[in-house]
Amino acid sequence: MVAAARVSAATGPATDFAIDVRNLNKHFGSKHVVKDFSLQVAPGEIYGFLGPNGSGKTTSIRMLCGLLRPDSGSGTCLGHDVLRETAAIKREVGYMTQRFSLWDDLTIRENLDFIARMYGVRERRREVTRSLEALGLAARADQLAGTLSGGWKQRLSLAACTLHQPRLLLLDEPTAGVDPKARREFWAELHQLAARGISVLVSTHYMDEAERCHRLAYLAYGRLLATGTPEEVRRARPLATWSVSGQGVQRLQEPLRTAPGVDQVTPFGNTLHITGTDAAALEAAIAPWRAQPDLIWVRTEADLEDVFIHLMDGTEPPP
Amino acid sequence: MRTGGGFSLLRWFGIIAKEFIQLRRDRLTFGMIIGVPVIQLILFGYAINTDPKRLPTAVIAADAGPYSRSLIAALQNSGYFEITRQIASAAEGEALLAHGTVQFVITVPEGFERRLVRGERPVLLVEADATDPSAANNAIAAVSQLAQLALARELRGSLQELAPSAPPVDLRVHRRYNPEGVSAYNIVPGLLGTILTMTMVMMTGLAVTRERERGTFEQLLATPALPIEVMTGKIIPYILIGLIQVSLILGCALLLFDVPLQGSVLLLYACIVLFIAANLSLGITFSSIARNQLQALQMTIFFFLPSILLSGFMFPFRGMPDWAQWIGSLLPLTHFLVLVRGIMLKGNGIAELWPQVWPILAFLISVTLVGLRFYRRTLD
Ligand SMILES: Nc1ncnc2c1ncn2[C@@H]1O[C@H](COP(=O)(O)OP(=O)(O)OP(=O)(O)O)[C@@H](O)[C@H]1O
Ligand SMILES: [Mg+2]
Repeated sequence: MVAAARVSAATGPATDFAIDVRNLNKHFGSKHVVKDFSLQVAPGEIYGFLGPNGSGKTTSIRMLCGLLRPDSGSGTCLGHDVLRETAAIKREVGYMTQRFSLWDDLTIRENLDFIARMYGVRERRREVTRSLEALGLAARADQLAGTLSGGWKQRLSLAACTLHQPRLLLLDEPTAGVDPKARREFWAELHQLAARGISVLVSTHYMDEAERCHRLAYLAYGRLLATGTPEEVRRARPLATWSVSGQGVQRLQEPLRTAPGVDQVTPFGNTLHITGTDAAALEAAIAPWRAQPDLIWVRTEADLEDVFIHLMDGTEPPP
Repeated sequence: MRTGGGFSLLRWFGIIAKEFIQLRRDRLTFGMIIGVPVIQLILFGYAINTDPKRLPTAVIAADAGPYSRSLIAALQNSGYFEITRQIASAAEGEALLAHGTVQFVITVPEGFERRLVRGERPVLLVEADATDPSAANNAIAAVSQLAQLALARELRGSLQELAPSAPPVDLRVHRRYNPEGVSAYNIVPGLLGTILTMTMVMMTGLAVTRERERGTFEQLLATPALPIEVMTGKIIPYILIGLIQVSLILGCALLLFDVPLQGSVLLLYACIVLFIAANLSLGITFSSIARNQLQALQMTIFFFLPSILLSGFMFPFRGMPDWAQWIGSLLPLTHFLVLVRGIMLKGNGIAELWPQVWPILAFLISVTLVGLRFYRRTLD
């Protein structure tokens, strides 16, 4: 693991962490989907959860909120045991599913009202109306939820899982399909919630969102490969990166990709990112093109995406 | 926010309200709820109401005197019988019945007139193809009246002293192929039972699997709602629907088809609620076990077929082999049929009904326990 493990219940007497789990495992049939998953999330912390498709993010989150039973491991969520006290966890956690799972044949207001009833929200009607106004959906409150666009469905789901003022939010790709402005507002709100001491575990595939988290966890093939602040995660891999731009830069892609010392070649419009673990070897690989007058070469920092792709390439999928 | 872990009325009402709203919006299901009983009523109701006339009849007139002739004429005049053949032997009549060429074979035995005059109450044999009992019943009822009336006219005068008191002939009716002679009245309880079984088991069976297929089950599971709240909350709206269906059927049966209602309406409805609850619990249990809506539907049909075939609705219960009776006695419909017939036709009270009530109760409780056992609290 990248970051030094923080003191947790397993070592210290009491836990202040909103999530504190150790060595959770989950199998589906013979498939080992989550392997020795350990995570500590502090109060007021926004914890980003990243990893390729099928890496086990959703499965891990479901284990945290009592929807799946871990095969082994232990830990607490808001101080409640993840194996035995799932009822208490469900009452205090706000979970937003990856796939829209509110009722298509209920209106927006009816959906919120139902969820509010399930959690026994006080002053239900007022809370629902307040939430609708905050969402900007007050005028469309009587529209069927199934007729909303994808992005609006996401925003409705988020409103639904925060109605009962949970102390911990588990958000599974909450901004998938949401437009940039709404995404920015969403993250501003997450930071406000965090400032009030609410903890957030949020899975995402967006690198800009990863940069906005206090800490990150990176999961691949069910195994946690890195945890820490974005800065720590970036630094932890000694990746050398060059960026090259200019006319016809694409012609470099093929020869560079197979050159020794080059791990990744990633095109960004008229720019290529070339990354490698060994700085000297990388420099040797690009040397033949360095002198060309129409190309501009810049030595840059590896960004999170480079690091994650590097991490992923380093782990082979289990047979 | 409430912190207790027990049953919450608030959540329960929330689930019931949600089911009602969804049901109201689901036009197809709603149409089925009203449509199925109405269509079935029209189909079966026709069978109940049917009073077919001019049924093909063969006559074996071994006695050709004036009394027999006037009797046969009276039968013809009643409109129920169309004498299509005059035949000579019983064997011929047997063959005609077997082929379905005629519905009745009426035999006026040799020496009919002589014995009638002597006051010996001769036998008048009516053999009926009772495979469709409702088709034969009215005609048979007509024979006994006609025999009395027609002969009374003939017997006036010299033989007057024979006319009153006991009927002058010994009318013997042989219902062939369906010895129990299932009456048309049996169709109403049967219809109640089968419609309730089908719609209740199926609709609730689909209720939970639908949530699972649409992905909303995850949302429901993530909330603090308890399994018992979800199960019973989903059942309540369907109980009301069942009662609407029952009232539709009963209303039509009483008003249009003159089916008698001897016993207490309240008791009848109490039994119906029990039966509905038993079917709903089975539906919910199916949907807890089934992975998708198709499986839930398959399970429903798997249960529905024996219910129809072995409950005594289709075939007389006592006529079935022991093993079939044994299976049949596990099914709520079997007992429900006896209950409803008992209340409607015999006016039975609670004391007589108990032997049928407890098996349904036992079914309800055991199935609910199985359902709670299989209800998935997680997504595993
Ligand atoms: N109910 C299930 N039964 C069997 N296998 C499952 C089940 N749920 C998930 N899996 C498998 O577990 C693995 C992890 O799935 P999971 O949904 O947790 O991935 P994820 O990281 O959330 O992916 P994505 O980014 O696509 O959402 C996948 O290989 C998936 O096929
Ligand atoms: Mg996922």
